[in-house]
Amino acid sequence: MKARITVTLKNGVLDPQGKAIEHALSGLGFDGVGQVRQGKVFDIELTGTDKAKAEADLKAMCDKLLANTVIENYAVEIA
Amino acid sequence: MKSAVVLLPGLNRDRDMIAALTKISGQAPATVWQTDTEIPDVDLIAIPGGFSFGDYLRCGAIAARMPVMRAVAEKAAKGVTVIGVCNGFQILVEAGLLPGALMRNASLKFVCRQVKLEIANANTMFTRRYQPGQIIRSPVAHHDGNYFADAETLARLEGEGQVVFRYAGGTNPNGSINDIAGIVNDKGNVLGLMPHPENLIEAAHGGNDGRALFESALGIAA
Repeated sequence: MKARITVTLKNGVLDPQGKAIEHALSGLGFDGVGQVRQGKVFDIELTGTDKAKAEADLKAMCDKLLANTVIENYAVEIA
Repeated sequence: MKSAVVLLPGLNRDRDMIAALTKISGQAPATVWQTDTEIPDVDLIAIPGGFSFGDYLRCGAIAARMPVMRAVAEKAAKGVTVIGVCNGFQILVEAGLLPGALMRNASLKFVCRQVKLEIANANTMFTRRYQPGQIIRSPVAHHDGNYFADAETLARLEGEGQVVFRYAGGTNPNGSINDIAGIVNDKGNVLGLMPHPENLIEAAHGGNDGRALFESALGIAA
């Protein structure tokens, strides 16, 4: 089983890296770029076959390590 | 007064911390490695600065999940004094021993310079040798010192006097909220700060502004 975890900054948390990327994109001539927010993607291979257990495990992984829930949200997708 | 210094791969200010504690307390601190599950009986545990685990994932995130940090949490719960400097502050926040988060500097640049710090609360075990509102100097050297906490947490920190050090005189090097440079936990025995007081403790450093912090924490008279 393959899973993808996406970690993004919560609304209201300042993202200086996203801001710098936003400016770089307009500098390259891409008009019409609004706000840019930078995040992280984790592709995780799982050996089990129980999808419900996998989802619970992946959420626990996010809460315990992959995301800092003070500043970040996460989303779990199982392929 | 006995102390211990936590060692993790990628820290690089450990020798500075050991030297400072040795000079100020009169005896060399014990050292504990990342995989140690027990910490000797000490009065003070220090987590130095550096780049533990290469700052992978988030600064301090991997270190905070190592066995030694469970031992630090147990000691902190028993009231042992804990100081985390720079990466040590990031580790304490990631371990949940201090609230909030430390984010990339607003400038996106690594900053290595001297800043001014206001003693925002002189009534803590880390600052009792300073005067309220006193301005001291301290070196900083970090890329991720931009302290952030949600509005509710921030109000609690400010209301309870848990903000201990604040960047002063327009020297905030990282964009931290309310110019926060260092905070304590609600019990007051765990301090995290981005500046490096251990690098300003004697004349050879160009001053000793940071010395009183360790003297306060170690209960050493002037």
